[in-house]
Amino acid sequence: MTTPPTPAPAAGRASAVLGWASLVLVGATVGLGLVLPRTQEQAEYSRLIAVHPPAAWASYVAVGVAAVAAIGFLVTRRGGWDRVTIASLEVGAVFTAITLATGSIWGRPTWGVWWEWDARLTTEALLLAVLLGAVALRRSLAPGLGRGVITSVAALATVGLLPVVHFSVEWWRSQHQAGTLLAPDPATNADNPYIVAMLVGFVAFSVLFAWMVVQRVRIEALEEEADGIVLDRAIAERRAEASPARGVTA
Amino acid sequence: MGYVAAGYLVTLGGLGAYSAWLVRRAKQLKHDRAR
Repeated sequence: MTTPPTPAPAAGRASAVLGWASLVLVGATVGLGLVLPRTQEQAEYSRLIAVHPPAAWASYVAVGVAAVAAIGFLVTRRGGWDRVTIASLEVGAVFTAITLATGSIWGRPTWGVWWEWDARLTTEALLLAVLLGAVALRRSLAPGLGRGVITSVAALATVGLLPVVHFSVEWWRSQHQAGTLLAPDPATNADNPYIVAMLVGFVAFSVLFAWMVVQRVRIEALEEEADGIVLDRAIAERRAEASPARGVTA
Repeated sequence: MGYVAAGYLVTLGGLGAYSAWLVRRAKQLKHDRAR
């Protein structure tokens, strides 16, 4: 579809900076999260607040970025947007899976069950299924304009799920708690150490998301280049095979 | 504490495994291109 770009040295440096920043920030998140005080309501299980909501946040960011990149591709038809779209969808699936896993682990001691067909859990599981479906669909298609358009449409369909996931706790009766940061009732707000740990987690997972997307975009470009080389070689071989035969019949 | 440790392990393990795959795959593709 397009010629894969050669990574510029500046891009390599930006990737290194993002990578190291991710390591430091994720380390800070874990450090802050594990020393949070026990709460009366949830004992030590509240410490999962430093990783579970940030993972959910990163999955929202991923789907949002994929949708913006999808619009970029549909408008400009430039391969760079297509690569960002699929990269964000795949990284979003990773963060969504982690959100579901950590939520299940948090639910077991506090709700008494690993899983409940609750509005938030069900819509989050649906989001993961749609993201994995979009990635699988992409892999089943040959490189080209059509693949980019279908990936973009899938990304735009996925972003429509985000409000359903986010507001599921308000639209339906749910065991899952409502928003922590923007809770309508200040009495249900978390204490400052929890909010700080969660906000550091939001920043850490956002930076990590950016690093992962940069890496995944680079891989996509290299795979497109490799596919092109393989295709060129195959065409050259078929032409070489066909040439003597043509000579005989002529 | 078991559930908290499990939550952090799943998070770090998942993110770490995917990050390692990204780095390994990029290196492999660069190596293939250089050949």
